Amino acid sequence: MKNVLGRDIPAEFLTAGREVFQGQYYRDGYTYTKHAPRVNAQVKPGKDKLLPDIEAVVRATGLQDGMTISFHHHLRDGDYIVNMVMKVIHELGIKDLTVCASSLGKAHDYLVPCIEDGTVTNISTSGIRDEIGEAVSAGKLKNPAIIRSHGGRARAIEDGTVKIDVAFIGAATSDPYGNASGKGGKADTGVLSYMAGDAQYADKVVIITDTLVSSPNFPASIEGVDVDYVVQVDAIGDPHKIATGALRLTSDTRELLMAKNAAKCMYYSGFFKDGFSFQTGAGGPSLATTIFLKEFMDQANVKCGWAMGGITEPIVDLFKAGYIHNLLDDQAFDLASVASAHTDPKHFEISASQYANPFNKGAFVNQLDFVILGALEVDVDFNVNVVQGSNGLLQGAPGGHPDTAAGATVTIIVAPLIRSRIATVRTAVTSVTTPGESIDIVVTDYGVAVNPKRTDLLAAFKDTNIPLKSIETLRDLAYEYAGEPKDIEFEDQVVALVEYRDGTFIDAIKKPKWLN
Amino acid sequence: MQLKHKAIAGTLESSDAQIILAPNDGGLHIDLTSSVYEQYGTQIKQLLQQVCHRLNIENANIRVVDKGALDCTLKARLETAYFRAIDQKVDINWEALS
Repeated sequence: MKNVLGRDIPAEFLTAGREVFQGQYYRDGYTYTKHAPRVNAQVKPGKDKLLPDIEAVVRATGLQDGMTISFHHHLRDGDYIVNMVMKVIHELGIKDLTVCASSLGKAHDYLVPCIEDGTVTNISTSGIRDEIGEAVSAGKLKNPAIIRSHGGRARAIEDGTVKIDVAFIGAATSDPYGNASGKGGKADTGVLSYMAGDAQYADKVVIITDTLVSSPNFPASIEGVDVDYVVQVDAIGDPHKIATGALRLTSDTRELLMAKNAAKCMYYSGFFKDGFSFQTGAGGPSLATTIFLKEFMDQANVKCGWAMGGITEPIVDLFKAGYIHNLLDDQAFDLASVASAHTDPKHFEISASQYANPFNKGAFVNQLDFVILGALEVDVDFNVNVVQGSNGLLQGAPGGHPDTAAGATVTIIVAPLIRSRIATVRTAVTSVTTPGESIDIVVTDYGVAVNPKRTDLLAAFKDTNIPLKSIETLRDLAYEYAGEPKDIEFEDQVVALVEYRDGTFIDAIKKPKWLN
Repeated sequence: MQLKHKAIAGTLESSDAQIILAPNDGGLHIDLTSSVYEQYGTQIKQLLQQVCHRLNIENANIRVVDKGALDCTLKARLETAYFRAIDQKVDINWEALS
């Protein structure tokens, strides 16, 4: 069945109330019952939650064939938890598991043999790339992977679409009762935002830490009242790959040009007022935008009320210099942001649900004035793909893209027109992650396109030096320089479903023929 | 003109292509590896053949490792490899290359 964007979702996936995507606010006012976990009361005092190793903890949880386990990605490329736990599960011979991870990447390659022998038959994730992306693209996973945004995952856990049997939570520190934090250990992540829902909605909750501290380990991102077991291991991750040092600010003139134009769009938008809110990513142009923003804030004599998202050093610097009053942190990207989280009084940790869940009563994304996002591909209807490479391979992550884009007043995409011959702006995206109705401005190195429905922005930019072009003109330029790409051919086999944040299906991704 | 020896041009940087040209006696053989093979492989091979035709390269093994170079870059790299392979360093007929 075709959805509102004309993307075909095979009928076999539209069971149990599943629907195709019907517009970004289709489920406004939707009524649902929140899922509740089935838990064991710990009435008697003195019970020891500490278990000696991962195997003991996996056995204690009663993990069985067909269950769902969950992980977070705060340890990023330095994560040891997923591979550590999966090796034990693999050796125990437990099969047919669903892995519900907030994201997956390079550090989680042990999932590939688990996919190949049926230990893991379902995956729910934001990021799908590298070895796991290739294995899933090639159709090795028994069932299609479900790609979820950060807000979409929080929603799926709360509305019961995903029922987590056991949550395995890596934490920088924990006390023996499971009050766990992203701060103070050997592998600090600053925050544990993506696991807040898992701790409250999973039947069994396990804390894995390398730094056991005395009680109470406050402020605790995960509270001991939700935790069944605590296990201490030698190391939960490689600190050098978790939070990088200072992210180098780009000196690429092309990226600087795009960053300046993105900041200029914010300045002239009509929404650049004292107390404004914004989110940017950690990519080159996004980071650089933050720097230009400072100049424009001086010029307009305004300050930022709050900045949200993956927090980075340039954002922390602006915060400390008084340009930003509050930081709302769902992920700390570098050492400066890890150090600042919780320690600076106005640097707050927020849960994934508070950040972006469309089904709660007002996630912070809904209060964003501006968000600056990237794109692998943008089409002439402004639809964006951040999940699938132009060659058909899964190699990205929605992250908070669809969530912030749907919530923010002004959503700005920053991307070069052409990357290594691949046209970013094109006639049709390979698959849709974020619908065009959520996208307001596309900033490229060859010009800036405004979604025609934003007549207010078009009017506001009219007498500025922002180099406006139509999205079709940008597409034509890209094809003129790179040549028109040949369409990729796909098999019928669906290897991944892109779930929109509200639980409807926005696209179905098939296996590329060339992978045969 | 007959190639005198093997020659190379270009790099393996993103948006560039490395081209190695070697003489042989049995026609033109193009071996293409490309990061955009699925989308542009056919176009790239056609372009390489056109350039060879114009330069009268009839017997050569051409190995191309493409990292997403635009047509103008591929053309320039092949021409450079050719002039290096025939040891021509001066009196290049630029107009014929346009």
